[in-house]
Amino acid sequence: MNPLITALARLLIFPGLLFAVPAAWFFLWVERKAVARMQGRIGPPFMQPFYDFVKLLGKQTPPRSGAGGLLMRAWPLIAVASAAGAVGLLPVLPASGGFEGDLILLLALLELPSMCIIAAGFSSRSIFGEIGSAREAVLSVSYNIVFLLAIVSIAASQHTFRLEALAQLPASPLRWLGVLAILVCLPAKLHLNPFSLPNAEQEIYSGPMTEYAGPELAMWELSHGLEWVAATGLVATLAAPYLAVWWMAALVFVALSFVIVLMLSVVAAATARIQIDTTVRFYWQCTLIFAVLAISSALFMRLRS
Amino acid sequence: MNSGSCNGCDIELIASLTPRYDAEQLGVLLQGSPRHADILCITGPVTHNAAKAVKTVYDQVCGPKAVVAIGSCPASTNVFIDSRTLDGPLSRVIPVDVFVPGCPPSPSAIIAGVAKAASILAERAAQNPAPKTAPESATQPDATPATGEAHL
Repeated sequence: MNPLITALARLLIFPGLLFAVPAAWFFLWVERKAVARMQGRIGPPFMQPFYDFVKLLGKQTPPRSGAGGLLMRAWPLIAVASAAGAVGLLPVLPASGGFEGDLILLLALLELPSMCIIAAGFSSRSIFGEIGSAREAVLSVSYNIVFLLAIVSIAASQHTFRLEALAQLPASPLRWLGVLAILVCLPAKLHLNPFSLPNAEQEIYSGPMTEYAGPELAMWELSHGLEWVAATGLVATLAAPYLAVWWMAALVFVALSFVIVLMLSVVAAATARIQIDTTVRFYWQCTLIFAVLAISSALFMRLRS
Repeated sequence: MNSGSCNGCDIELIASLTPRYDAEQLGVLLQGSPRHADILCITGPVTHNAAKAVKTVYDQVCGPKAVVAIGSCPASTNVFIDSRTLDGPLSRVIPVDVFVPGCPPSPSAIIAGVAKAASILAERAAQNPAPKTAPESATQPDATPATGEAHL
């Protein structure tokens, strides 16, 4: 098949936008519903994230002027674009060809939304936005060390940074250690309890998002949902066994993502928010040892072989 | 938003979000930022000092929007009637869409009021589609704490 068409199909259809946007709304609903069930409530109706999105599109936005206003409009769009690109890069279908990105590009695209959130909070010039952005920056410095070490350890143990090759190789025990380390980082990446510091609604309203309204807020919600799909999808593709049949690969991908979303929501409902210094200590002291162990054993194995 | 209430209605408002009443099953969420809210719930008889804050927060909510007056105080100033410290009732300060009477009203009455406001909101949005940006009169965001906005 024409590689350009395949690349476009991956970006726009599966696992790209046509799949990822409904999946994003579905995962947002699963999270809200799971938290509600854990608290003994009934929870929102199935279509609620979609209704919220449509409702936000129909609302007004506050007047913004100058370069600051332009930037405030741009951040959510950049965040959505990069999150959608990250989802499109996931090697879900076996040997589909087209544009094959590597792990480094995927990581950069996954990181871009959180950069946008930091910039958005500061450019909104609201005190809550600035506090939220500062917290997001600290959080991203603390979990990204572990996240990157885990990714590098996986790549080192499998001798490749290419996503397609990683998805096809049989998983080694070291890869599981890496996947576990990534899983520990996900609540911080998705701003879930116990690491929901940037958007701590009881303390700083919505943090960096406080000043956003209407369609811009809808774009933030969408980018958050796409981040869910991309982050859980990354773990799902790394953990899934290699399947040659495309529909089975897609099915396993969706099922694994769903299980991870459910797991994260249950953890979020069962825990309370911890302080920012405790969070940094958790990642730098407890989890870093784990990640260093993973990468050193990966490098050691590589030297021996 | 509390405009000088005795906190009775605010407690009932929180109770409507608890597992027993669970307003989220209708899709209602509590939003901290007025920018994210559609429905503004106001308690209290609107004291002289609170009136300006009520107007500010009302302007910060982006249209289409609806206002629910929770309890007897914002409707009629209740037992504080004729007090010289009041600017209320609420309808003198901002336009009100739904009144939920009671001292305090029960959580199920509050949820019914918010649901009615949501249907008013839907009609309003369908009748005149909102212009792209809010009018310039909307005040610049500041650090006014706002609690009790429901968002549907």
